[in-house]
Amino acid sequence: MSNFPLISTVVFLPLVGVGLLLLVDRRREAAIKHLTFAVSVLTFLVSLQLYRGFQLNVPGMQFVERKPWIAGLGVQYFVGVDGISLLLVLLTTFLTAIAILSSYTAITTSVKEYMICMLLLETGMLGVFVALDLVLFYVFWEGMLIPMYFLIGVWGGPRRIYATIKFFLYTMAGGVLMLVGIIALYYLNGGRPGGEYTFDLLKMYGLDLPLRTQVWLFLAFAVAFAIKVPMFPFHTWLPDAHVEAPTAGSVILAGVLLKMGTYGFLRFALPLFPEATRYFTPLFSWLAIIGILYGALVSMVQPDLKKLVAYSSVSHLGFVMLGIFALTIQGVEGGIIQMINHGLSTGALFLIVGMIYERRHTRMIEDFGGLARVIPVFTAFFLIVTLSSIGLPGLNGFVGEFLILVGTFRVNVLYAVLATSGVILAAVYMLWMFQRVMFGKVTHEANRRLTDLTAREVAVLVPVLLFIVWIGIYPRPFLATTEASVKQLLAQVHIRYRADGPRGGTPPIPTARAERREPRGATGRTRPNFECRISDFEFERSAIGDPATARQRGVAGCPLGDRKSEIRNPQSEIAGGGVPHDGGGAPCPVACPRSPGGPCCPCSWSRGRAS
Amino acid sequence: MLLVAGAGILILILDPLTPPARRDRLAALGLVGIVAAAIALWVRRGQPEVVFGGMLTADAFALFFNLLFLLVAGLTLLISLPYVRRVGMDHGEYYALLLFSTLGMMIMASSQDLMTIFLGLETLSISLYILAGFLRGELKSNESALKYLLLGAFASGFLLYGIALIYGATGSINLKRVAEAIAAGKVASPLLLTIGMGLLIIGFGFKVASVPFHMWTPDVYEGAPTSVTAFMIAGTKAAAFAAFLRVLMTALPVLQADWSRVLWVLAVLTMTVGNVVAIAQSNIKRMLAYSSIAHAGYILVALVAANKLGSGSILFYLTAYTFMNLGAFAVVVALARQDGERVTIDEFSGLGLKYPFLGAAMALFMFSLAGIPPTGGFMGKFYIFSAAIQANYIGLAIVGGLNSVISVFYYLRITVVMYMGQGEAEPRVAGLSPALGLAVLIAILGTLQLGLFPSRFLEVALRSVGALLL
Repeated sequence: MSNFPLISTVVFLPLVGVGLLLLVDRRREAAIKHLTFAVSVLTFLVSLQLYRGFQLNVPGMQFVERKPWIAGLGVQYFVGVDGISLLLVLLTTFLTAIAILSSYTAITTSVKEYMICMLLLETGMLGVFVALDLVLFYVFWEGMLIPMYFLIGVWGGPRRIYATIKFFLYTMAGGVLMLVGIIALYYLNGGRPGGEYTFDLLKMYGLDLPLRTQVWLFLAFAVAFAIKVPMFPFHTWLPDAHVEAPTAGSVILAGVLLKMGTYGFLRFALPLFPEATRYFTPLFSWLAIIGILYGALVSMVQPDLKKLVAYSSVSHLGFVMLGIFALTIQGVEGGIIQMINHGLSTGALFLIVGMIYERRHTRMIEDFGGLARVIPVFTAFFLIVTLSSIGLPGLNGFVGEFLILVGTFRVNVLYAVLATSGVILAAVYMLWMFQRVMFGKVTHEANRRLTDLTAREVAVLVPVLLFIVWIGIYPRPFLATTEASVKQLLAQVHIRYRADGPRGGTPPIPTARAERREPRGATGRTRPNFECRISDFEFERSAIGDPATARQRGVAGCPLGDRKSEIRNPQSEIAGGGVPHDGGGAPCPVACPRSPGGPCCPCSWSRGRAS
Repeated sequence: MLLVAGAGILILILDPLTPPARRDRLAALGLVGIVAAAIALWVRRGQPEVVFGGMLTADAFALFFNLLFLLVAGLTLLISLPYVRRVGMDHGEYYALLLFSTLGMMIMASSQDLMTIFLGLETLSISLYILAGFLRGELKSNESALKYLLLGAFASGFLLYGIALIYGATGSINLKRVAEAIAAGKVASPLLLTIGMGLLIIGFGFKVASVPFHMWTPDVYEGAPTSVTAFMIAGTKAAAFAAFLRVLMTALPVLQADWSRVLWVLAVLTMTVGNVVAIAQSNIKRMLAYSSIAHAGYILVALVAANKLGSGSILFYLTAYTFMNLGAFAVVVALARQDGERVTIDEFSGLGLKYPFLGAAMALFMFSLAGIPPTGGFMGKFYIFSAAIQANYIGLAIVGGLNSVISVFYYLRITVVMYMGQGEAEPRVAGLSPALGLAVLIAILGTLQLGLFPSRFLEVALRSVGALLL
């Protein structure tokens, strides 16, 4: 396991599949379908190995692979996963397999090209989630547009060309600004004293920029991600793309692509620009809330099932963003879980809408009614997924939304109150839709002859439902996966903020700053460097986060009562309770966040929990 | 060095002497000449020599561009083979002129002296004036040639006058001595020098087709035979930029503050006008013409940055540009109807899925032109924007970035039409001949190579510009 390039295997396995597909004669459609499905399942199985080998208590990157790529500029092929990306990788491999299985009958033209696009897309998406080099990330980020563009444009609905170009241009417009930001970051990082010209994300985490610079760079990144999420003013591409895309495209779009935006915030925008994050928190929280309410209200009046689900995505992703920008551990963990949930629930909703569309060739709510009597199995699946999307306790949506609301509540009551009304609206539009489609009298003759789900369709939906119920009842494994990474992320955002405070202009000399801002810590010892502070903080975190303590925290992992306010004031905990460490050589309990997998960082001081 | 120049010339002299019975043998001979010249260049690399009393040099920079020109000429020949036979212009002169203009390009890139640059430019241009009008029966081709001749002559006039003024101001036409004179302050009249520089920029601006000196481009490129357009779009531009870069970097580095301000404006105008106007085009050759204007704008961005990475990225970009443009033209030629060309973009409707290889190739070239990873076009843009940001022209990089978004729109339209259009039920296309297939394949491999593993090539490019920045 140690030297085997597991991540690369997962990422490039679909590409190997593409190579195999090229060899198959295009007329042998069944063989092409089976081969693609086999490749996607294999990819999923291999990605499960990542989960097996993943060490839960290590916050840094794992399975790291690093090779020089463009040597002259310090661009590397540098990949790795932490708890956050691991879940998303699994989600991607899982949903891709499901999506491919779901398109067995839906796709009738150019099957070979379609399957090639799906596999290329999978490689692109996986690459986005594992890349730790900014250029590599950008290459995957933009490169993955190409297969998606073809998926919507060739196999989509009537307005597909408009939709796909809009999708492409929106994403690309955000992307190029991010590219400028990335390059600027590169020169800022290389230009600082002792800096290195590199696109290594982890090395850039240490970058200490003046607030003004941070604000601009944050915007350059945030716009790109906000378009992808999509946050409220940038969401208009989404309904078009969703509605026109083929079913599998919608599943991937909702399930994975949108997560690339929220993931981008977590991986890049927040830790790279912590002060700017603080600066923009109110703005983004409000945009998230507007997204929640607006998405929900617009969903309510949609006559088209797919459009309704698409707008509900805007609402759900608003929750995710709200959780992330709460910057509390529950908020962010809830946000991540909600990302997974949304991928599963909305993915399943699109699958279901696609199945009914294949039968009736319409998606208009008014064309249905009374389906419950005709196709009971379908109804049962639809009901569970609908309830999951609403956030019924016991199903996955509840866990995520609840954590987000709790996390937000501690920061801002008003936000939480407004967002909660979004939950109610979700119940309104989903249940109303369900009622109109499934109950009542059968008003259209065509609906009487509908056939129930086939075995293949059941096989598509059952795995998704399995996860929906699993996360709803026992979310602990999923939360535990992300926990260490989330804590580290928040430590990065908060410590730097608290310790250094917002600044403008040139950064002051470190030692002077240390003495000024940390009077208690200035008694004769040097200011600990940044790595040490994080790992120091982490040390304490991991002491709380060990499995024994974790078990006491209840089902939802939701530490309302017993978990102390760990994140709320890290500065006071560190500076207040810090005791000088005797001689530097003591091993840290966690790997250094900046060189994951590498040796421990040289802590000059450490803090025991007892003090 | 003599051997290098001689190899090219020898082939050219032999070329028209061969009896025109089997004309494709002439093309083959041309190819052999090109390959031989490339080998000769490669063998003699690393031995910088100066010949003709300091007028020509064989430094790494010249070597790089000469190889690039030979690549352009070689690919053009491969594209020409099936094309010229179909349109009935397979005369021996065609290949000879092609090689002559290649020679002109090589002289331009190797010049150490304003006069030889001009000579090279004229050799190149005069051959192209003829080539542009090679389809004598077609009105558009004639128009193209005449327009090119008139405006080209005009540009040459500017260039020559600029050279004269610079000679008047500094007393030399040797690039290095001009630089020394300026650096030492031995300038007869600073005003003359500035005007001379301005005229040079105008002259080169014509040749690289930068706005506002771009008027000739679309008409000439549209009217000229497709293979010649491909040659012009890649070769002339590279040659003009090679000379431009050398003049600015070697002769006028002291005046960098002045010329980069002018070029800044030109770059923004060129990118924006080129991209915006390209959106409105329905003729594929016209669209590619405007897109080539836009690409000149991107390269000007790197010229403005005027640092090592910038110059290196120009070389890199021109190479990537060569692959993707010639590749695109090769596909256009391959997809032509049996009885004639496909002119408007709509005529390519639905061909993508019917001809998977050509369709995928065209899509790749379009994505590369639009600068989307993982292609050479993206890496080229990435380097150019890096250079701009390094030199603190962040605004310019943002304008460039937004421009690539604009450009995506019209490049995508081709893929939209090819893959998402309905198209004819039974399209009849000329198809791939072995030569054309080879050209497409080389272009695909080149585009992907530069996109996926750009590292070594960038090093070569950076080493090559090292010769300029003394």
